[in-house]
Amino acid sequence: MQQNPSSAPIVSLRDVQKSFGPLLVLDGVSFAVERGEVLALIGRSGSGKSTALRCIDRFEKVDGGEIVVCGHRVDRPDVDLRALRQDVGIVFQSYNLFPHLTIEQNITLAPCAVKGLAASQAKDLARKVLAQVGLEEKLHAYPEQLSGGQQQRAAIARSLAMQPKVMLFDEVTSALDPELTAEVLKVIEQLAADGMTMVMVTHEMGFAKGIADRIVFMHRGKVHETGPASILTSPTTPELTQFVGTGNLKS
Amino acid sequence: MSLQLDFPAVLERWPSFLGGAVLTLELAAFATVFGALFGTLAAVGRGSRSPLIAGACKVYVEAIRNTPLLVQIFLVYFGLASLGLKLSAFTVAVAALTINVGAYTAEIMRAGFEAIPRGQIEAAEGLALSRLQIYWHIILLPAIERVYPALTSQFVLLMLASSVCSQISAEELTAVANYIQSDTYRAFETYIIVAVLYIILSLVMRAGFWGLGLVLFPRRRRLGTPL
Ligand SMILES: Nc1ncnc2c1ncn2[C@@H]1O[C@H](COP(=O)(O)OP(=O)(O)OP(=O)(O)O)[C@@H](O)[C@H]1O
Ligand SMILES: [Mg+2]
Repeated sequence: MQQNPSSAPIVSLRDVQKSFGPLLVLDGVSFAVERGEVLALIGRSGSGKSTALRCIDRFEKVDGGEIVVCGHRVDRPDVDLRALRQDVGIVFQSYNLFPHLTIEQNITLAPCAVKGLAASQAKDLARKVLAQVGLEEKLHAYPEQLSGGQQQRAAIARSLAMQPKVMLFDEVTSALDPELTAEVLKVIEQLAADGMTMVMVTHEMGFAKGIADRIVFMHRGKVHETGPASILTSPTTPELTQFVGTGNLKS
Repeated sequence: MSLQLDFPAVLERWPSFLGGAVLTLELAAFATVFGALFGTLAAVGRGSRSPLIAGACKVYVEAIRNTPLLVQIFLVYFGLASLGLKLSAFTVAVAALTINVGAYTAEIMRAGFEAIPRGQIEAAEGLALSRLQIYWHIILLPAIERVYPALTSQFVLLMLASSVCSQISAEELTAVANYIQSDTYRAFETYIIVAVLYIILSLVMRAGFWGLGLVLFPRRRRLGTPL
């Protein structure tokens, strides 16, 4: 079977191994994300979800296996980090907006500094991405003037401004109360509807079920069960059954 | 026992006092600017991945922080002279004070750098910013903001400590005072005036740093949070 670049997966992990000292955290993890697909990584605390996600953007170096992201061989030591990170957007649980910059400056910084965009173009772009997350009126506010949900949406907008080919989300709503969670999830839902390729670690099972094209259930550093969102309602392994049964499928 | 103070006899030397005060302020200004740059580089160097650079910066900081300023000044003064370099007392004083305050700046800035949450740097890395861009856009200003009171106090201290430059006959405020008191035999009055002038210089510097803070940290100004 021939693979032309446009049909190759955006993200693919093959037999990825990763240890922190003596602790084996990823034990042969494989999965792929096709263009426009939404993949949800779920699993118990400590099962290796964040580590797997961080390996995709090379915040962690793998010990073995192969990771290809938008054509970049991420597992290789000579990977072009700047090129990789222009193709990948990542959003963290703790927003990590730059506190000394306005929302507009937070958003325009990377497009100007990395892509050499002119200031006026970058400002137009900032308006556009802020509109996407429903925060146009916060253009000139500082991060500390925003609620947690607004900060997280601004962080998503900041990533979008780099026009990534894939977005990674690591429990982006875990620090938020339910009301603010809902506004952030709505933004992510809209992104999915617009065709953005996404990998997200989430504890929001209801949300994962509604939005994910595929679920990867991790258990002890392995992909224990994977399949369409329907595996959440009819799991085949006892571990996933127990995981979705222990109140995780509340919403 | 009676205390007789004769200020007019001393005050008629006001042009000399003024000249000395201006020179002290100039010394402090040059050493502050160069020391801030030099010290910040040393702070960055201490975090270097190269053990050689990190080690050299650490040795520099520790050597300076554990020797008296006057000895450092003499080392620079006689060291440059023995190398055949003929520099003015002012230049030597600026060089020595820069080296001195650079070490303290390095130590303060290092604390500032370390206070930047890891997540800030990861977010910047995730946006494809280079190491240099991250230092420049993400780390530097928030780090300075965090340590600004400590940093500016250090620069005021430097200005006060510059009085030992009188020892290499830089014509700063204390040197002028030494000269005037030996000329007028009015030592107490002279040093009272000098003390007052140093207080005024300190206030001038603090006011300057306050103004600079308004420019450097617009968020503080907008949100009204004091430093
Ligand atoms: N930098 C690190 N150094 C050492 N151990 C680490 C590091 N990062 C993660 N670990 C360990 O690796 C294991 C997996 O961590 P990971 O963060 O991937 O789990 P997770 O599935 O995301 O869990 P959670 O749901 O709690 O976020 C944990 O035992 C964790 O303590
Ligand atoms: Mg995690």
